[in-house]
Amino acid sequence: MQALVTDLGFDVLFRGTNFTRLLGGMWVTLEISLISVALSIILGILLGVVMTLKNPVTKAICRVYLEIVRIMPQLVLLFIVYYGSARLIGLKFEPEFAAVIVFTFWGTAEMGDLVRGALQSIPIHQYESAYALGMNRSQTYFSIVIPQTIRRLLPLSINLVTRMIKTTPLIVMIEVVEATKVARQIIDANRVASPNAAFGLFFVIFVLYFAVCWPISLLASHLEKKWSN
Amino acid sequence: MADTVLTINKIKKSYGVNLILNGLSIDVHKGEVIVIIGPSGCGKSTLLRCINALEPIQGGEIRLDGELIDSKSRNLAQIRQKIGMVFQNYELFPHKTVLQNIILAPMKVQKRSKEEATKEAEQLLERVGLLDKRDSYPRQLSGGQKQRVAIVRALSMHPEIMLFDEVTAALDPEMVREVLDTMLELAKNGRTMLIVTHEMNFARAIADRVIFLDGGEIVEEGDPEDFFTHPKTERAQIFLHTFEYESVKHHGNE
Repeated sequence: MQALVTDLGFDVLFRGTNFTRLLGGMWVTLEISLISVALSIILGILLGVVMTLKNPVTKAICRVYLEIVRIMPQLVLLFIVYYGSARLIGLKFEPEFAAVIVFTFWGTAEMGDLVRGALQSIPIHQYESAYALGMNRSQTYFSIVIPQTIRRLLPLSINLVTRMIKTTPLIVMIEVVEATKVARQIIDANRVASPNAAFGLFFVIFVLYFAVCWPISLLASHLEKKWSN
Repeated sequence: MADTVLTINKIKKSYGVNLILNGLSIDVHKGEVIVIIGPSGCGKSTLLRCINALEPIQGGEIRLDGELIDSKSRNLAQIRQKIGMVFQNYELFPHKTVLQNIILAPMKVQKRSKEEATKEAEQLLERVGLLDKRDSYPRQLSGGQKQRVAIVRALSMHPEIMLFDEVTAALDPEMVREVLDTMLELAKNGRTMLIVTHEMNFARAIADRVIFLDGGEIVEEGDPEDFFTHPKTERAQIFLHTFEYESVKHHGNE
């Protein structure tokens, strides 16, 4: 009991380059999430517009895509892309690259569905009252439809972004050396000298994730309040 | 009568096999206030939506100042500027303030300067008693206030004719008056107006001409006093009767 209370394993952090290594791992996480999020937003907006088309073929394709993403565990997707593609088409992706592909594949589908929902939630009367004022199609879109769509979309898409960030530890399974992987390496190396290192290191990782996601969450609820009508 | 602003000539409108408007014709003269009444589903609102080309028509034609209004025409946006429309559910833009709602179209569509558009918007807001709400958002207004802003927004485009589509139907009873007063004020100033309403007393007070629509056709039209006191057709008599109640009180007998 005594040992538990006095040694929470934080000392390991400040031994050698451990702390910078951990931050380096966190940076890998952030890099992969940021690239995936950016790509997902761009591709998701395009997908969302396509999803509002009445064409039955595009509708069916989008539906299948969305269902696949919803049903498949992200981990399975990661394995398919990282290990499966190497087998199947002889392509050996860098694990970071495979991670970006899977996260973008996932994010694009969810973002697309959010964009579709937001676009379709603008009542037809909003278009009509703009047309009745003599506004043309593009004026109506840029002044009326898009601003309202963004307002509905932003809180939801920020939610998606935090979900994507906090799912990144999964990529350790395809050998990406990110924060939790670095932590485990450090724990292993200090097994004897510092048996409680696990608590200290994972607590710090918790704090790091919190520091990244909390402001994003705050921004979402702030915007939600500001734009509620 | 004075010159004709709007000519509706034998228009036909149907949704699939449902015939909504069956070849009806109306001439609207400058400064005239026409009230269109009739039972639900008689095509009143559809008629207004056709005039603004929000609905395509399948036959006949509508002309404003001799210019054809066609939902496929290239200069549709230009013609629509001359037609102000006020909807039942206000349809203000929720992400813009009252002032921004009003000056948006004058600036974007008519390319008027912000100063000039703002100045006019403020004058109009003052006339309807809402100048202090210029920086409010629609969600902060009551229904009656929203509808008055919607009227101002339509007026700010300097339309030649105003269409009112059951503008008090969604309002609480105590807010109906303020909107109707605003419309009476417009009529007094010589606005050309086409009004669809269920407020019979208001119709009687404001109309130069009443048109009774049923089954997509004009059943009866004429002077409001004549129409409301001695409707000629049986269908109009039956319709007007639905707004009357027989007293069941026994006065002085108990």
